[in-house]
Formats: sequence, C-alpha cells, structure tokens
Amino acid sequence: MKNQKYWSLRARNASFLIDKRAFGITLILFILFLVMIVLSLGLGDLFISPLSVVKAIFGQSTEMNNLVVQSFRFPRILVAGLAGMGLAVAGAILQGLVRNPLASPDIIGVTTGASLTTVIFLTFFSAGSETSMNISIQWLPIFSFIGALAMGLLVYFLSKRGVSATRLVLIGIGLSAGAKAFTDLMLVLGPSYLASQASIWMTGSVNGASWTSVLILFIWIFVFLVLSLSLSRRLNAQTFGEKIAVGIGNNLRRDRVLLLIISTALAGGSVAYAGTISFIGLMAPHMARRLVGSSYGSLIPVSGLLGGLVVMLSDLIGRTVFLPLEVPAGVFTAAIGAPYFIYLLYKTRKWG
Amino acid sequence: MGLEAQSITVGYGDDPILETLNLQIPKGKVTVFIGKNGCGKSTLLSTFARLIKPSDGSIVLNGRDIAKTATKKVARDLALLPQGPIAPEGLTILQLVRQGRYPYQNWLNQWSADDEAIVQHALNVTNLVELADRPVDSLSGGQRQRAWIAMVLAQDTDILLLDEPTTYLDLAHQVDILDLLFALNRTEKRTIAMVLHDINLACRYADHIVAVNDKKIYAQGAPEDIVDTQLMKDVFQMDAEIVLDPIFGTPMCIPYGRGRNLLKQKQQEEYQSTNQLPEAEIEHIQIPNPHATEHA
Repeated sequence: MKNQKYWSLRARNASFLIDKRAFGITLILFILFLVMIVLSLGLGDLFISPLSVVKAIFGQSTEMNNLVVQSFRFPRILVAGLAGMGLAVAGAILQGLVRNPLASPDIIGVTTGASLTTVIFLTFFSAGSETSMNISIQWLPIFSFIGALAMGLLVYFLSKRGVSATRLVLIGIGLSAGAKAFTDLMLVLGPSYLASQASIWMTGSVNGASWTSVLILFIWIFVFLVLSLSLSRRLNAQTFGEKIAVGIGNNLRRDRVLLLIISTALAGGSVAYAGTISFIGLMAPHMARRLVGSSYGSLIPVSGLLGGLVVMLSDLIGRTVFLPLEVPAGVFTAAIGAPYFIYLLYKTRKWG
Repeated sequence: MGLEAQSITVGYGDDPILETLNLQIPKGKVTVFIGKNGCGKSTLLSTFARLIKPSDGSIVLNGRDIAKTATKKVARDLALLPQGPIAPEGLTILQLVRQGRYPYQNWLNQWSADDEAIVQHALNVTNLVELADRPVDSLSGGQRQRAWIAMVLAQDTDILLLDEPTTYLDLAHQVDILDLLFALNRTEKRTIAMVLHDINLACRYADHIVAVNDKKIYAQGAPEDIVDTQLMKDVFQMDAEIVLDPIFGTPMCIPYGRGRNLLKQKQQEEYQSTNQLPEAEIEHIQIPNPHATEHA
C-alpha cells in the first residue's frame, strides 16, 4: 500500500503495521519519561544537578547524594511512574470495554474496592496489626487486586443491560460509597496510628516507597502491560460494539472477562503501592486518544507513559512546592482531574 | 452448502418472535427480507449471523451447525453489517477496514501481505482509497456506510449479511449503496442477504424476496412472482396498487392511504352525518380504498 503514514513490518511468522506518528509520539514520551525521572531525582530540599543524579544512580557521586537518590527518591519516583502507568492503562482498557469515555477505575469504584481490601490487609494481616495473622507485605497487591476485581465484576454485572454512561457512573458511585463506608469502619476498628497512615495512603501518596515495593510493582505492571498489549487487537474489536465484534469473529464473553481482569489487576496493583491516585485512569487515556487516535496498539503505551508522567509530576510538585510540608500526589491529580471530569460530563451529556 | 435455517424458533414461551422457520439463502444471489416493523425480519438476519441463538433448531453454514463452529472460523465465511454501526472516535477508514481482517490475524501476525492486498481491494471497490486516512466520523453518511461495507468486504467471505444498509441515507445514497452491493454480487459472486425497508428498491435489486409475517415466512421467490396486492395486504396490512417500475420493469408498489383525499372525505362525512346515517357506516368510509368506495 502506498501509504506514507505506516511502516509494514514482516518476518516469517509475524507482521505488523506501525503507525509512524504514534511510534514517534511514544518515543518522545518515553524520552520525556526518562528526563522526568532524572529531574525528579535532582529536585527536593536538597538540589542535585542532573549530572550528579546520573552519577549517583550508579553510586559515583558524594555519599549524601548517593543516599538521597538511591534510597529516598528513586524508589518513590519509580513507584509513582509505575502506578500512574497502571492506572492509566487500566482506564484505557475499561473505556474500550464499556465503550464509554467516562469509565475509569476510580469513577466506577474499582480503586475503592481495592482500598477496602488493602485496608483490611493492613489492619488484620500486616506486621503492625494487633492480630497474629501476619502475612508478608509482598501479598499486598494480591489483596488489592481481589478488591478491585470483585468491584469490577460487580459493576459489570449490575450494568449489563445496556451500559449507558449515567447508569455506569451511578452504579459505581453507589458501590464506591458502600466500599468506602466499610473502609472507614476498618479504620475505626483498627489501631489509631494505622488510621492516619491509611488516610494519607488513600489520598494517593508514594512517600516511603521501598525498593521491594518497586520490584514487586514493576513485575506486576510489566506482566499485565505486556498482556494487554498482546490483547490490543481484541480490545479494538470490543470498541466496535457487540454486533461487529461477534461479526468479525471475536469471542466476546471470554475476551471481556479477560480484559476486565487485566484492567482490575493493573488498577489493583497500582493502588496497593501508591494509594487511590484519582482521575489518572480517566485523563491519561483521553489525552492519549487526542494524540494517537483510538487504536489500542498505540493507545496503551501512550496512555501508560502519560499516566506515569502526570503522577511523577504531581509527586514532584507535592514534595517540592510546599516545603517543608509534603502534599500527597493524589491531591494534584484530583485538582486537575475533577474539572476535567466535569468538562467531560458536560461534553458527553448527550450519552444520557 | 450455503446458509440455511433449519426449523428455528427464536424467543421463548407462547409468543416467540419466529416459530419453526425454515429458510435456505440462495447461493450467489441477492436476497432481501421484507416485512412490517417488528415482524422479526431483523431478528431472522441476526439469527443467521449468530448474534441471536435460536431457542430451537439450528443455523447451518456449509453443512455445519453454526453454534458448534468456532466463531473465528464462521467469520471467514460469513460477514455481518449491523444497523447503524458506530466507529470509535477518531478512527480512520484504514483502521476500520483493517478490522475486517480480524478472523485471519493473531497477536503476532497483524498485517500480512494478504491482509494488505485484500484491504486495498476493499478500499478500491468502495472508492475510498483517497479517503483512507480520514477519520470515519468526519465522513458523510454515504461515505461512512461505504467504509463499513469495505470493512465487511475485507473479511473476504462468500456470504454478506446486512441489516438495513440504507437507513439514514438520502435516496441518492441509498441507490449508490445498493448499486455497490449489487455489483459485488454480480462481479464477485458474493451471496448477499439483507433487510430493506423500501419495497420498491427491494424489488429492484433482489433476485429473491423473503416476506416475513406472523413468525413465519409468508412467501419467498422472485419479486415478479410474489409481490402483488395480496402480499401487500397480508404482510403490510396496506392496500396498494402494483405497477411495473418504468425503468427496470420490476414490481413497484403504490400505496393508497388517504393522501389528498382527506378534504374530500371530510365533505363526505359531513354529507353523511347531515343525512343521519348510522355510526357504523361512517366509520367504514374512513378507509378510502377501492373496496370502501362501494359503500360510499
């Protein structure tokens, strides 16, 4: 095909059509992502120049710099980036599944479900809890995932008859309120130091992230990101609606459940380590759609990178602008996200 | 071989939508389902396309029960264009048409040489090559419908099912779309089955007409053989005159209805009422058809 906008890649058993523009944008965003990491590593109450940052990453700078970069800043920045990616891609998948731009893990209650089970974990099973049922912190994402998945399935089945925008959002709000009430109950029942810790966590903060959490979150997000990319063709089929999807030979029921599980896993894992950073799952896929269109092969990586960038930026602002105070990253994403959501509601009011 | 419904019942209970219906879609021909609103003609098409599962009986495609065949395999023999499909925001025509290759692809093989050649062919015959990179939502109604047809063509199937492919289009574009489908049938030997509302266009383009009424097939055959005043009366509950299409000689239906006789009729009613006729007879006059005029 004489088309200037694509590259055709063909090997013996593989073939791809690469959208040049989307590829370029992904590349630029990836570079920005790396730049953002270096920048974030250098900024804070101790300023470190970008060059020293790079040196410090490899332990070649002063002892102080090495400590600040390697132990304090690097883990939290990576957790912020990964969680942003996870939430953004979770939102992108969800929006395609229900063919609705208002869907996102926090608006339909998936993240609230995850925080409920996470708080249950922290209250009853973590090392600090008063019960004797201690479970290693490594199991935390599994707990968050269970909560997210349960909530996702509940919303999915309750809104099965015609997923209209209003219906979906209303069901989500209802279920979120219920889950939140239970979360509050857990906090009241639990020890008081846990309550204040958990409330910061629920606003969405990456303060105090460790290398262990980085590693677990990285594996978790990486696995489900690769899965979602390999299923992007099936996700594309879903966005055409049931009839077309069946017509072109998509196994509708199986793929819906599969994609829902991937989406809730990404959201659940992110919530486990970064709390309920709100509105990323809504905003990032939207911005990505503006940049590269609706095809999921490019939408997934671009949403992910944008989500990571926004959360890293929010965390950077949160811990630098209000020094010596530290404001959770979730506050900033909500500050941009809430007006954006209202704008979207206004724009899509015809969806009713 | 081909596509066949074997005593299918769709819907449940005492009032199913279709009941023990048998139908063979003629291979290599243009078949059109007609019937009044809600008669089940779209349901019949959807059942053929495996969107609806019959509660009894089966749809047989090339000798195999469609419900027992992998959906991806079915999609290589049978393509469906539902009514009023909506593309995701910002999707380009090329991206849309590419979707038609879905049943031939997998996660590693997403753009084979075959895919490329067949998509190119679909764009050629629908005359969309120049517009390939335009977003679907920026197109006019007629172009958009051609893009969807191109997607269905890219599925490279022998059988095409289309549910009211001309809805929302003005007359010129309706004719344009039907000409395209007719050409595809005649040049590429594709079997086409579709639902159409316009009985005159149906008669013009169909080789085979299937009139659906009261859960069953009322009649089927060439338009010349089956479309007559009795069919219009039984299937559409409408009195009509059947004349010959002045261009193609196919049947053409001219409905009676009250039309411009409205005023005349009012005068008649006034006349009748001043002459103190019984109420029952006045009601009779409100149906202005040849049979009623005898009473007037």
